[in-house]
Amino acid sequence: MRSLLDALLVLAVLFDFLLLGIGDLGASIRISAMQAATLAALPLLAREDGSLGHPILLFLGVLAVKVVLIPRLLFRAIRDASIRREMEPLIGYGLSLVLGGGLVLVSFALAARLPFPGPPPSDLLVPAAFSTVLIGLLLLVGRAKALAQVIGWLVVENGIFLFGLAFVHRTPMLVEMGILLDVFAAVFVMGIMLHHIHREFDRLDTRNLTALRDR
Amino acid sequence: MGPLLLHLALLLLFPPLLVGGIGKVKAAFAGRRGAPLLQPYSDLARLLRKGAVYSRTTTWVFRAGPTVSLAATLSAALLVPLVGARAPLGFAGDLVLFAYLLALARFALLAAALDTGSSFEGMGASREAAFSSLAEPALLLVFAAVARVGGAPSFRSLLDPAAAGAWSIAGPPAVFLLAGCLFVLALAENARIPVDDPSTHLELTMIHEAMVLDHSGPDLAFLLYAGALKLFLFGAILGRVLLPSPLGNPVLDGALFGGWMLLFAGLVGTVESTLARLRLDRVPHLLVSACVLASCGLAVLVARGVR
Amino acid sequence: MISFLVLLPVAAGLAALAAGSRLRRDALSLVAAALHLLGVVRCWVHPPSGELGGMLGLDAPGLLFLTIASVLFLLTAVYGGGYFARADPRALRIYAACSLFFLASMTLVCSSRHLGLLWVGIEATTLATAPLVYFHRSDPRVLEATWKYLVLCSVGIAVALLGTFFVAIAAAYGPPEPTPLLLESLLARGPTLSAPWIKGGFLLLLVGYGTKMGLAPLHTWLPDAHSEAPAPVSALLSGALLNCAFLGVLRGAQVCAAAGAGGFARELLVLLGLVSVGIGAACIVGQNDLKRMLAYSSVEHMGILALGVGLGGGAAYGAMLHGLNHSLAKGLLFFAAGNVVLSYRTRSIDAVRGVLRRLPASGVLLLAGFLAITGLPPFGVFLSELTILNAAFAQGRGVVALLLLAFLSIVFIGMAKGILGLVQGAPPEGTPRERESPVAVGPPALLATAALALGVFVPGFLDRLLEQAARIAGG
Repeated sequence: MRSLLDALLVLAVLFDFLLLGIGDLGASIRISAMQAATLAALPLLAREDGSLGHPILLFLGVLAVKVVLIPRLLFRAIRDASIRREMEPLIGYGLSLVLGGGLVLVSFALAARLPFPGPPPSDLLVPAAFSTVLIGLLLLVGRAKALAQVIGWLVVENGIFLFGLAFVHRTPMLVEMGILLDVFAAVFVMGIMLHHIHREFDRLDTRNLTALRDR
Repeated sequence: MGPLLLHLALLLLFPPLLVGGIGKVKAAFAGRRGAPLLQPYSDLARLLRKGAVYSRTTTWVFRAGPTVSLAATLSAALLVPLVGARAPLGFAGDLVLFAYLLALARFALLAAALDTGSSFEGMGASREAAFSSLAEPALLLVFAAVARVGGAPSFRSLLDPAAAGAWSIAGPPAVFLLAGCLFVLALAENARIPVDDPSTHLELTMIHEAMVLDHSGPDLAFLLYAGALKLFLFGAILGRVLLPSPLGNPVLDGALFGGWMLLFAGLVGTVESTLARLRLDRVPHLLVSACVLASCGLAVLVARGVR
Repeated sequence: MISFLVLLPVAAGLAALAAGSRLRRDALSLVAAALHLLGVVRCWVHPPSGELGGMLGLDAPGLLFLTIASVLFLLTAVYGGGYFARADPRALRIYAACSLFFLASMTLVCSSRHLGLLWVGIEATTLATAPLVYFHRSDPRVLEATWKYLVLCSVGIAVALLGTFFVAIAAAYGPPEPTPLLLESLLARGPTLSAPWIKGGFLLLLVGYGTKMGLAPLHTWLPDAHSEAPAPVSALLSGALLNCAFLGVLRGAQVCAAAGAGGFARELLVLLGLVSVGIGAACIVGQNDLKRMLAYSSVEHMGILALGVGLGGGAAYGAMLHGLNHSLAKGLLFFAAGNVVLSYRTRSIDAVRGVLRRLPASGVLLLAGFLAITGLPPFGVFLSELTILNAAFAQGRGVVALLLLAFLSIVFIGMAKGILGLVQGAPPEGTPRERESPVAVGPPALLATAALALGVFVPGFLDRLLEQAARIAGG
């Protein structure tokens, strides 16, 4: 059980690297959805006590929102906008990959510094969570396309969800569902904005969004 | 004496069979019967019988290239443990020597290619040099992980039963990360898809093939055999990383080794048949990803406190 | 009661989406706002007990900021009736619904006793206000401002979620609890919380909610969003939302103090507060865009809030009073500025002249707002800033106090140059004195009166609430 958990965590981080290196927007959306699906399965494996109901509900909720609904919204934003599928990075792919590798090492170092109360479900959990958050931030900062920034934000949320896994049975369901709902609503609103950005500028490139500045 | 003879026999006889197997797998994907399994042996025999043609613009460097390459690869082969038995040569630091011997082989070929003065060969040589300079760190990182687990920077670490316990602490994630990196390296160093297409006839798309365009006769036989041997060695190392502890029984070990080589041939053939060759400017990304995979595997090892 | 206060605006918002005519929608907003305010007043008289298993509850700071939000919302609803007189009805439908959802989410934030629910509320405010900021759809600059707002605040709030999880892990060091993120339980188990996790968690909460609050250097979305949004929205954002985001930071500081890391939290707050005041001051000088200048002023005042709570003691009381006074003055300023912008059709300070002649009431109100916000007596901001300065000197932190004084002077000079130039002089030729409708002048006039009144005398019930809030905030 533990090695399956480990394997899924490594898979999640590998998805991060795929996102860093791949240039196609459609593929990126699918990969972030697959990462969310991998993470959704983790509560079922990581639970400490016997109750199954809570993790199953969470699994279904994450599946519904992050794997089905959100990619659908994002694909609709792409289709409506009929943008070119290229990612247009501000930081080149090779450099992003190397930086991502560096961030993974930083995460391991950070995780060693922060002692966990009681044994976590896996010793790779905290480094994987930190890596995903940091790589998500790298994606946010290093891409010019607005849609790519949304994907970066989704990856950051995935990483934070991974972190919250450590105590899945201790947060009330209301709050977790609220978090999921918020993520969905955020992507919904962002999708609408993406549509408007395209309509206005004919390209979803945030380098067009630089008109506002002081003086 | 016996194990040494067995080792040499394996080295001399098996690699072309591996290449033949890969060809059969590719043919099966394409719906053809393909060339016979033992075709590479016939090719080697034919080439050895022919005479070589040397251009008037070349010097001794061109003639020495294939020979040095084959010698270096064979020497490197003496370091790698096959079939669960110890290699004929083994000492602390032989991991690094292995990497350097392969680099020496490559250098000999590069020098021979540049010696011809042909632009195609020079282009192939520069591409090969660029990509291998990215692949080296990945290989050394994998070897560093192996050394860390086994305690000694030697191929013995892959065989030591005491190391097997350390590998299981490291757990499947670390092993699969390292194995994945090694597989990508195996494809990259041996000019396989997705890095290079061995069956292309368009010189502008070649990397390794362009380097060896002008060799003929026995020289070409040496090069083909050295290439097959290199692929064989990578397959053997990959197998050892995936299954660290030998079973002790030579027959069972032999069967396991044979089965793994079959599987390896199948894997390479499948990858060659299903993927397309990467655009040239994407190949560095693939190699950097392999580096990153290896460093992640190493990080997991260190995090788990594996000594 | 609290659930009613949260659900009422939601229901009204849904009804507004479905409502047919504009009149019905405006009436719906006004009625909902009035009922909400009545509910809040009832909470003053009969303090409500905890609901939803203790996850909802109103303590002193929560009640204070909720009152500010409710009052400001009602006045904005009235003002908006006049401001949006000629606006696109489709856009108004979304505006009405989203502003009511915004009120509901602010109520949730103010009354949340569970850190996770608090997070949900603050994220909800970002989502509800994005369509509000994006009101003038034809302008690409508005699009840019909305996108920056959405992305930056969402990232910040994601970081705050990580901080919330850190706090939960810190709580896991003690005896197991069914709902560890409940504020009550966290405060009760203070010493058993793990210090490194709490410190890390507070840092992340400060960065995350500080982004939403407009603390420098995380404030870069604020000038764009608050200036490109229509005036009523700017008033709500600056006057109510920033306070609610500050509540998030405050909860983090409370937990930190209970865990024994209070000094660490307070130092960070003082540092970020000073940086915000400084950057706000630097960007106000020479600013040409009227609403952008007001937005930087919000950054500066949020810095003063953080500084006050960071200093603690008497300064915490000053900070709470400042939160109230700033909201009143900022609302006043944005309403008056909205009138000016609507009449002159430009936000550029250089282009606007003679407001006192063309829009006399708004001109006077603009002047009053300027005097109020820069901290001149007899307005309330003077009193609160004086309290904070006093406490700083009393604690022996002379450098902090002198820096604050210097920055405040710079702000005064910068704003004076801008606003005095605006109101004086002669308006451009051919523009007669305009008739100003009571809905455009009434709300800001009310706010001005309140700001003036609070500068002279703080009534007893308010004083008691401020004391309680200050004690909770670390007095």
